[in-house]
Amino acid sequence: MIKLSTGIQPALLLLAAAALPAFAQQDFSGEWAPLYHEDGPERLPGPELADYTELPINDAARLRADSWDADRISVVEQYQCRPHGADYSMRGLGNLRVWREIDPVTQRTVAIHTHLLAWDSERTIYMDGRAHPPDYAQHTWQGFSTGVWEGNMLTITTTHLKENYIRRNGVPRSDKAMFTEHWTRHGDYLTVTTVIEDPVFLTEPLVRSDNWYLDPGQHIGIFGCEYAAELPKPEGTVPHHLPGTNPYLHEFADYYGLPYEATRGGAETLYPEYKSKLTGYKPPDHCERFCVCTTLFNCNLR
Amino acid sequence: MKILLTFFALLATLRAQDFSNVEIQTLHVQGSVYMLVGGGGNVTVQTGNDGVLLVDTNFAQLAPKIMAAIRKLSAGPVRYVVLTHVHADHTGGTEALVKLGATPAAPAPALLVAHINVLNRMVTPLPGDPAVPQALWPLDTYSTPFKDFFFNNEAVMVTHLPNAHTDGDSIVFFRRSDVLSVGDVFEPDLYPFIDLARGGSVQGLIDGLNKILEIAVPAKYQEGGTLVIPGHGRLCDEADVVEFRDMVTIIRDRVQDLIKQGKTLDQVKAAKPSRDYDTQYAAPGSFVTPDAFVESVYRSLKK
Repeated sequence: MIKLSTGIQPALLLLAAAALPAFAQQDFSGEWAPLYHEDGPERLPGPELADYTELPINDAARLRADSWDADRISVVEQYQCRPHGADYSMRGLGNLRVWREIDPVTQRTVAIHTHLLAWDSERTIYMDGRAHPPDYAQHTWQGFSTGVWEGNMLTITTTHLKENYIRRNGVPRSDKAMFTEHWTRHGDYLTVTTVIEDPVFLTEPLVRSDNWYLDPGQHIGIFGCEYAAELPKPEGTVPHHLPGTNPYLHEFADYYGLPYEATRGGAETLYPEYKSKLTGYKPPDHCERFCVCTTLFNCNLR
Repeated sequence: MKILLTFFALLATLRAQDFSNVEIQTLHVQGSVYMLVGGGGNVTVQTGNDGVLLVDTNFAQLAPKIMAAIRKLSAGPVRYVVLTHVHADHTGGTEALVKLGATPAAPAPALLVAHINVLNRMVTPLPGDPAVPQALWPLDTYSTPFKDFFFNNEAVMVTHLPNAHTDGDSIVFFRRSDVLSVGDVFEPDLYPFIDLARGGSVQGLIDGLNKILEIAVPAKYQEGGTLVIPGHGRLCDEADVVEFRDMVTIIRDRVQDLIKQGKTLDQVKAAKPSRDYDTQYAAPGSFVTPDAFVESVYRSLKK
């Protein structure tokens, strides 16, 4: 054994510390449970038909959503086991596990992995500086993600997403969208601020945030899904509403006493100034549905 | 007719354009199958001990670059060329690639496989179309719904899709590699070109897309599994074909409904039945504009 003098040892330790790159300013590893105090009814139990509020969608997205028929996800086998895209997954519709992949030689974090309950969705966030794939590469539900540190905040950029939805009532998000996340940790809380930019369906970036709470005792079960033809139908059936024929578009507005135009979404409706345009609007006397809904189990269902 | 003239004017322009800046990119799909991207239509390459099989051949001007890319994958001879349809951006490089693909050990020309309607279209071009050189004619044709053979240790299954993009469309399934090469029946970022003058139809196109969905089997949670090489654009799988099939089906239904209401072509166009898909499929520079696509659907349904 080679013995170093007491003067050399601290110097080597300092050198070793200096050689370490400034990485992994925060460790997000662990089991995280979603919190539903934001956008509760939309996230769980789920959005209502024709609720496009707070979405900066364009006319194309609006008509696509108006044409959408929920039968599609039950009648068409190819939809039955479709997972959420990476962006919708981070709305926290299931529990989350995060773990790091460490290069054993350099001790650098080369990737961060996530697993979500919903559809067993797994994602790799590459931290090794690699480039995103070329535009002719395959798209996936979780896309291709790379991460960089901005101080203590982890910023993740995801491309190569498959077409999916911004809201699971038919409001589409295209395969040309880019998804950016900013992860910050405050003790046992994880806040993920998300930005979706979609040149096909959004007129401006859609910015949202979701929160998670560290839950070391959490156990994520197996999701599992098997598609099957459950109803006899002509081959190639694609349920949809022809323009102008969807009978459910006013249901959401009527139920909550909202002006119909306010439920149609669009960038203008995101901002406080829009309220001044709602002349003559009187909120209903009392709330009857989803009024205190923060989890699936305490919704005030009528 | 206007659409067709535009299409062939475009092809003439492409044939005359400078291809010197085009780079051919290679993507390993899975198994023994690769996809070559750049210039015209995608080229599918299958390699193995038996040699090289190609699906489609892009433009003639790109043949040296395409062969250079192939030679990075295999030194074997090109023994099969399967043509998915008649258009020049998928067949133009055939003669050159067959010549460049021969080796001293295998000097015999490759077999050119296509549905018989591709040969018929080449032998008897439509009035105004340029003559197709005899060296491009596929002489190993099939006129049955299906043709298969074994090459490079896997079954290669060629299926005819009647009256889809044209009347001579084939899709090629590499059974062990689990890859489908489908030509212009499916292009994930573009409205489809329904070549009515060459036997295409919207119903045939939808039937063809449903046939692809019948063959493709996704892996866990509707992703991966059978991979699909489109005529143009990125590598795909079943879920991407579903989105495209839904788009064509929904627009077909809308146009059909307007026809039932007694609307004329101009009135159908004015109703803009594709307007919620235009930001996604009306690619800048594509000759299949929303109006052109709607018109082709209308004329197909009125036939």
